[in-house]
Amino acid sequence: MFHDIRRKCLKAFTALLLGSLSVGVALAQDALVNIEKNKLIKIAVPTDFAPYGFVGPDLVPQGLDVDMAKYIASQLGVMVELIPVTTANRIPYLQTGRADLVISTLGKNPERAKVIDFTHAYSPFFQGVFGPKSMSLSSPAGLAGKTIGVTRGAIEDMELTKIAPASAQIRRFEDNSATVSAYVSGQVQLIATGVPVAENVMKRNPQLNTEYKLLLIDSPNFIGVAKGQEALRSRVNQIIETATTNGEIDLLAQKWLNRPAGKLPKS
Amino acid sequence: MSVELDFWAVLAQWPILLTGLYWTVFLTVVSAAGGLLIAIIFAWVRTAGPLWLRAFVGTYVEFIRNTPFIIQLFFIFFGLPALGVRLSPELASVLAMAINLSAYSTEIIRAGVQATPKGQIEAAQSLALTTPQIYLRIVMPPALQKVWPALVSQIIIVMLGSAVCGQISAPELSYAANLIQSRNFRAFESYIVVTLIYLLLAILTRAALNWMGSRFLFGGQRG
Repeated sequence: MFHDIRRKCLKAFTALLLGSLSVGVALAQDALVNIEKNKLIKIAVPTDFAPYGFVGPDLVPQGLDVDMAKYIASQLGVMVELIPVTTANRIPYLQTGRADLVISTLGKNPERAKVIDFTHAYSPFFQGVFGPKSMSLSSPAGLAGKTIGVTRGAIEDMELTKIAPASAQIRRFEDNSATVSAYVSGQVQLIATGVPVAENVMKRNPQLNTEYKLLLIDSPNFIGVAKGQEALRSRVNQIIETATTNGEIDLLAQKWLNRPAGKLPKS
Repeated sequence: MSVELDFWAVLAQWPILLTGLYWTVFLTVVSAAGGLLIAIIFAWVRTAGPLWLRAFVGTYVEFIRNTPFIIQLFFIFFGLPALGVRLSPELASVLAMAINLSAYSTEIIRAGVQATPKGQIEAAQSLALTTPQIYLRIVMPPALQKVWPALVSQIIIVMLGSAVCGQISAPELSYAANLIQSRNFRAFESYIVVTLIYLLLAILTRAALNWMGSRFLFGGQRG
């Protein structure tokens, strides 16, 4: 009798296991075709990175990246589903098909270009090292022996690792909120991040006397598309080009960054 | 649909993996030692200590057991600096893991202590042994032997829980996996490799602890 029960359980378990494996298979169909068929586009956006993507007290996502996502959806004539992501998981989400586009302060570099495709740039961005006024720092050599907080996997992580001397202690955190918490609580002396995040830190914590120290890289934001989705990529490029000529790109930059978009590179 | 796996890209980063392994083992060893020490003392408090101390330990145990480990960790690392106490990620991890282990282990060891036959304690008292001697020499060894499997399991749980400490940038194994996959985007391979390392570590730790228990703590017990 127990043998029967055991056998049934084993069958059920195997079926469950095989069933769960088949659910996750991402077929490389044309994403643009699917989007137009389902009238829905899934766009990954940040929710921890003001003013590009953050939540207000009402927990509704807002920001430049969020506005860009909604704009693209409206131009395609479909509904948009905003998917919150962190720096660490935004590229895996694209690779596994959980998001059609990633609009999340995504910088372009050769390593990322191996695994995903990029559209034209849609907003300006630069990363630097920031720290208290009382600390003097004028060149990367000055980082020796200091603790710097950075978000793992972000462009500033790559750039900082390249220029920091061996004795600099780089502490990598999983997302921007943790990195900012570490800096604000004094667990790290310096923070390597983008200008908007730094400006937010300065505004909310004036007692820290944070100021800009070093430039890491000038890296405008691109939209990420899964590798091989050429139809979707060209369509989004079209939308960005139209938005540049009719002033929508500048409008977004002015609204969220208080500065014009300037000349942005093409993909 | 074909998936090409490139394990060499992950194994080529063996220095990062080795550092991760070192820190996981270090965090586990130190927090296990500290946690068990606290637990042995607290177990005595809960069974035979003064009432006010018993209330304190009871509150401590209930609070730690009923809150998530990651919250305890974040409180120590991000919250304490507001009170002027700034701990390094490694120290914060060890502290959080030791506190977490001590709360669960207090209850486990207390169960073993309360299972001590009354006759043992009476016989020890009639031989004029002092209270600390009775607790450490007569009560503890059989108690530990009885609850050793449960204690070892709890230590393994805390060791696997150290994976969370990568969130505060302690350079242990899961931090190593996250770092490698953020550089070469080989998420699947990174996590498979690190999972296998954890599995091996857990098996070896269990065997080592079982040997250590019978060799050092309660050897020579019969039944």
